[in-house]
This record gives sequence, C-alpha cells and structure tokens, in this order.
Amino acid sequence: MRGEAIVNVGERFVNTATSYDTLTYGKLFRDSNIPAFMVTADKFVAQYNLETSAPEDYTLEVSLLREGATQIEKKTIKVNSPMTIGTTRVYLQANGYAPVVTVRDSKGDVAFQGPVTFLPQDANLRSIGAIKVPDADPQIGFLGSFLPTYVRDGANGGASAFPKALNPRLLLSVWSGDLGLDSGIPQSVYRIDTTDMTQIGLKGLKPGESFAYEGGSITFEGYVQWVNLNFVADPGKHLALLGGIVAILGLLASLFTRRRRIWIRVGDQVEVAGLAKNAAPGLEVEMQGFVKMLKGEK
Amino acid sequence: MSRSWAFASNYLVYSAMAVYAISFLAHLIETAWAVKVPADKNSTLDYKRTEKVARIATALMILGFLLLFAGVIARGISAGRVPWGNMYEFSITGALAFSGAYLLALRKYDLRWLGLLVSVSVLLTIGTAITVLYVPSAPLVPALKSEWLVIHVSTAIISGGVFLLSNVIASAYLYLDRMEKKGERTPWAKRLPDLETLDLLSYRLVAFVFPLWTFSVIAGAIWAESAWGRYWGWDPKETWAFITWVAYAAYLHARVTIGWRGRRAAWLCLFAGSTFLFNYVYVNIWGTGKHTYSGL
Repeated sequence: MRGEAIVNVGERFVNTATSYDTLTYGKLFRDSNIPAFMVTADKFVAQYNLETSAPEDYTLEVSLLREGATQIEKKTIKVNSPMTIGTTRVYLQANGYAPVVTVRDSKGDVAFQGPVTFLPQDANLRSIGAIKVPDADPQIGFLGSFLPTYVRDGANGGASAFPKALNPRLLLSVWSGDLGLDSGIPQSVYRIDTTDMTQIGLKGLKPGESFAYEGGSITFEGYVQWVNLNFVADPGKHLALLGGIVAILGLLASLFTRRRRIWIRVGDQVEVAGLAKNAAPGLEVEMQGFVKMLKGEK
Repeated sequence: MSRSWAFASNYLVYSAMAVYAISFLAHLIETAWAVKVPADKNSTLDYKRTEKVARIATALMILGFLLLFAGVIARGISAGRVPWGNMYEFSITGALAFSGAYLLALRKYDLRWLGLLVSVSVLLTIGTAITVLYVPSAPLVPALKSEWLVIHVSTAIISGGVFLLSNVIASAYLYLDRMEKKGERTPWAKRLPDLETLDLLSYRLVAFVFPLWTFSVIAGAIWAESAWGRYWGWDPKETWAFITWVAYAAYLHARVTIGWRGRRAAWLCLFAGSTFLFNYVYVNIWGTGKHTYSGL
C-alpha cells in the first residue's frame, strides 16, 4: 500500500482510504487492511542555509493515536527517519505554504474561509495556487502567488528571496465569471480556466490586509505550512533484503571457491586428470596431493 | 574556521594536481626513452636506462596521493561530514581511490608501465572536477543526512575506481593484442607483461570488486527505503547501476562458465565499464531523478 496526503500543520490525518490524495494498493491489499490510526501535525520546522537558501533540516513533530490506544504518543519525523506504525511507515516528502484567506460577498457575509494549498515553484518557495469561490454570484476566482520573503523584481514584479516566511506577501489577480466547475470536466485545484472570466482586480497583500473589488472583498489572514506525507506498507521488503544477502553469499561462493573437475580412469593403470573451472590458481599442487592420497601415502 | 579548511582543501587539491602533472611527465619520459636499442642487433635490449626517472615518477605519484588525501580530508572537515556530497567531491575522492588502488597493486606487481595511464586518468578527473564540477563547500541537504551516505557512496566510489583500473588494463590488452597480430611488439611494449597476465589481472580486479558493487547497490536500496519510502523505484541511477551489475555479471559468467578469455572478454569488460561511466557522467549531469542533488 502506498498513499500520499497533504496535511496542514495543526490539522490531523485519519487513516482511511478517503483521506488520501493518491492511493495505490498492492495485489493482496484490501480496504479492510488499512490500519486505524490518527496523526496530528503539531509543529514543522525547516532550517535553511542563510547564504545559499539550501535546506539543512526538516523536522515534523506529530501526535499519534493508535487503534484502541487511549494515550497520545509524541513522535518526530525527519527526512531520513520515517515514523513506523506496525507495518506502515510514514515519510516526510515535501512541504510548502498555504495562505489563509477570508472572502466576503457584497453584503459582508463570508463566502469562503480557510487555508489554500499553494505549490512551491523554486528553491525560495515562491508558490502558486488558486482560490475558487463557486458560491458567489457571479463566481469569483483568485489566481495567486505566495512569496515567503518578498522582494521587488523588475521582470516578474515580485520574487521570493528566502524560503522562510520573513516578509510574506500574497499577490492576487481577481477573476469574475464562470469557473467551469459544472461542466463535468475535471480541473486542477491549483489553476483556473479563465476563458469565461474577466479580470476585475490585481493586488499584493501583506498579512492582515484586505482588498475590496466589485462585488466583495478578500482578506489575507496569514499562512500555515503544509507537509506532504507518504504512507507505505511494504510487507515484502524483508524478503527482498534476505534475497539480496543470499545473492551476495552465493556470489562470493561462486567467485572465490576453487571449482575443480577431476577424472579418474581405471584400466591397466590408474590415470588421473584435473581441470580448473575458474581462474583460481593451485591446480597442480592440489592434483599432486590428490594423487598422493589415492596412492595411500597420506 | 570551516572556510579556511575549504581554502586549504582547494590549495591541496591544486598542488596534488601539479604533482600528478610532473609525475605524468616523468612517466612519459620513462615510457619514451626506456629502451636502448644496442648497436649490435643480436644483443638484448636494455630497459634499465630510465630506472631513475621511473622511481621519481612513482615517488611523485605517492606525494600526489598524499596531497590529494589531505585535500579530501580538509574538504570533509570544512563541511563537517564525509567528503562525498556532490559530484566535485565524488570526483576528487574517486581519483584518490583510483591512484590508491594503483599504488597498492604496485606493492605486489611491477605495474609501473601502467603509471602513465593512471596519472593521465587522475589528471583528467581532477582537472574536470576543478574546472567544471566545482561547488563551494556546504553542509548536506536533509535527504543526504544519513549514515548510509558513508556506506553506500564509499563502496560505490571504491567499486568505480577498481572498475576503471580493470578497464585501463583491458584497453592495454586490446592494444597489445593488435600489435602482436601485426607482428612483433615494439621495443617499449616488450617491457609490458604478456597478454595472459593482463587478461588475468583485469579479471581478478573485477572478481574482487563485483561483490562490493553488489553490496553498494543493496546498501543504496536499504537507504532508499528509509529516505524515499521505497527500496527500488527504477530511478535512472538505480536502473543504470543495475545495468552495470548485469553487464559485469555477464562478464564473470562468460569467463567462468563458458570460458571466454582474451579479446572477447576484454571487450565485454570495456562495455560493462562504459555503463558505469555513463551512469556517473550522464545521469548525474543531464539525467533527472532522485539522485541529482543541488545541480551537480
């Protein structure tokens, strides 16, 4: 079993088939084999090199509740040390930002509220995503870039200079019209098809700031971090390892044992012949010893 | 502190390169002037003329090895980890393993005829590392922070160095074999061992290092299981490591089971070695997949 799920820091993941973003089974795996447990992402810390922006460490602290347990266990997941729950292992694979926004209609009622997962685009975690508000009339969509450390950039208008959120900024373009959600064609949650929409606004927001456009407003409340967790149950891997070890032993035996073939012909006299099956030296000495043994001298 | 170690490492690697270059020249002189054809055609050839140059060449090789060794260690200290986190570091460590393997083999066999090829290979490797692959010393990305880095990468580097040495010998075999088919060996080539010795030496190196290579691939799989959640995923590096494994397994089988010797075995050995080289150069620089870190 192999499944992936994006979990916002502070939220919890309940291990059922519907919690996953992607899920694939092995030949013998059934829905009922999924073990029951619950993981809450408590805290995520990413450390970066100040000069190169290269990541140095990712640490995720989680609370784990096993099936039938009454006590919550505190665990830490790092890139090279997954969390093990029975036969299931949980890996920390990716992370990013999810800006938290509140969208209000013209009357001031909340039409949408919450974190929206944005996808990282470069090493400084410039992230892009889309916020869709199908309940507004007409429908409203926002195409956004989240810049954790905003700097002005002549070519693109804005860029991120560091992967940590030191000076976060949300750049939005506001679109009004038909989001195309009722067409029946599946669409990406990170993009908006703007063919039936018109752009009605463009704005960069700091945390806490709002932008009012014709027919409503959007507030950039802040951000949360998300982590991509990989859940793997691979009960056959020990057999594969055992196979590998046996393969090495067999290899050593076949390469370094001295393979010999010996013929003995008994007629008027006894004739002995030997053949070295591989390049291991010493055939002559061995044959002499063998002949001595046959003669009963040894 | 770490910065001065990084500078020291760079100076040491540069010095090592200069010393290897002089050693290369000494080997060149030794190879070119070793043979004195006597005026009397019937008396034997004199191969002792350049003994002194040969000794100097080997001494310089040892000095170069020590300088490079210090350079690699300093690099490791500057980054606070084992010195094989990127391709620059694999290359200087690989060159170190390669010349180390040669010097070690030199204690047992008189392989000084190989010195020319060894010094030029080391020069090319360090030269490429300094000019094309150089990156400043830096800590590891989280995915590489594991004790398996030490086990998996060191065995892969040693395997690579020995595969390369075996390939150099197989090439020498093919060259001399062709020369002998055309007629007699030229005087300088007469100093080299006979074809059978070369054939066997190339085979022994592969037979010695093949289990290590197998172990390296398995160690990589164990590491991949804890870092990426799967022990085998047909990542380009994994696939090519497997191709190299199959090619060398075919070589060993061809020799042991159906008795391939000489020319055919040498060609197969070169083919297997080229898959390793392809994996190292192509997949690292132009390939995509989980084994490409921080550009190089």
